Amino acid sequence: MLKNKSVVSIEDVDSDDLNDLFDLADSMLKTIEKGGSTDLLKSKIMATLFYEPSTRTRLSFESAMHRLGGSVITVSDVKTSSVAKGETLADTIRMASSYSDIIVIRHPLEGAARLASKFANKPVINAGDGSGQHPTQTILDLYTIKKETGSIDGKVITMVGDLRYGRTIHSLIIALSKYDVRINLVSPQILKLPDYVYTKIGDRSRIKEYDDLSSVIADTDVLYVTRIQKERFTDQNEYQSVIGSYSVDKELVSKMKQKSIIMHPLPRVDEIRPEVDELPQAKYFKQAYYGVPVRMALIYRILGE
Amino acid sequence: MEKTLRISKIRDGTVIDHVPSGKGIRVIGVLGVHEDVNYTVSVAIHVPSNKMGFKDVIKIENRFLDRNELDMISLIAPNATISIIKNYEISEKFQVDLPSRLVGVIKCKNQNCITNTHEPVESEFEIVSKHPLVIRCVYCERTMGEKDIFS
Repeated sequence: MLKNKSVVSIEDVDSDDLNDLFDLADSMLKTIEKGGSTDLLKSKIMATLFYEPSTRTRLSFESAMHRLGGSVITVSDVKTSSVAKGETLADTIRMASSYSDIIVIRHPLEGAARLASKFANKPVINAGDGSGQHPTQTILDLYTIKKETGSIDGKVITMVGDLRYGRTIHSLIIALSKYDVRINLVSPQILKLPDYVYTKIGDRSRIKEYDDLSSVIADTDVLYVTRIQKERFTDQNEYQSVIGSYSVDKELVSKMKQKSIIMHPLPRVDEIRPEVDELPQAKYFKQAYYGVPVRMALIYRILGE
Repeated sequence: MEKTLRISKIRDGTVIDHVPSGKGIRVIGVLGVHEDVNYTVSVAIHVPSNKMGFKDVIKIENRFLDRNELDMISLIAPNATISIIKNYEISEKFQVDLPSRLVGVIKCKNQNCITNTHEPVESEFEIVSKHPLVIRCVYCERTMGEKDIFS
């Protein structure tokens, strides 16, 4: 039960909650597709505090709250807010929770959302904390896999790119480890999955690491691609060689199963070529689209009757 | 045969016994025993022990330990015995107890953790495993092993 609870980590949402959210997201999706909104959360207020730039996450949270009939208050630029005057996050959160019914926070420091949940007297949703967790992205990633492939169990999921710093990857692997799936991790050595993520996974036998994509691509049902950031490399020649070997183009997709899907948390840069966008496997824009019904479902479960 | 003491009895202070052999130096490190110390500290390393094979023993004169220091010792030596000595007699003896949560005892090694800023919170860790020692920051959720904790 998520009623009045904070969602800081994907571990705050159990498998019953997830199944319930998927069902509810289906009905929210139908509402959106009919072009409608609801008044389920009329008179409820969401405060969004984004201490880091965000496009999709912020827009989809705000869209979700509006579609539920609620309203949104926000700090448009934290640089001009009280944070710039040296106010602690704890004080900002105390204030924001007295003005709203739910708080959505993104922050560059890991643990910021957990801290916020301790000082707020209202539920807090983590919209990403440093290279830590991003639970709502994980819920919508799981929803996308289920919706676009029929089920999560039984799938071979290949994750490629920055597995070290990518927060969406960390939350997703922890969540997927509770399903009957095989996970292939493909990354350059310096961007491998950190040990502290492995410590959260019970059965590691279904996770295998690879250096290149070609050996696993034909077997893959879900290819989850993440952006490799240039600034992670001290040697720019190494970056150029890595980015080339991990990019997804038409030729690579031709080796994939017809019913396999390609996902990406976006924004993408060079890792998926634009020529792939029109192929049936490309589901990353659909994935972003599902952000609204999934977040509607979550907000409603926390604040609704 | 009369048993001889490697370190003589102390009048007042604390004896930390049953420290795993080789960990004594680490224990005095976390207790802040440095070059400018103004009380007497004796450390016996690799002492034969019936129970442990070999062990380290530390005697600190005229100093008693607080809760945080005992928690730190429990991280290094989970089976250590603490004796409080008053006027050459043991006034209290107990085993350290690794708590399920460590609050305000050590800093999170993740430099990007919110607890390493000016926020009004103490560091907080939960114990994931005692053998081997693994703790997890309640805030950033990073895990740390013994090597990370004491590096």
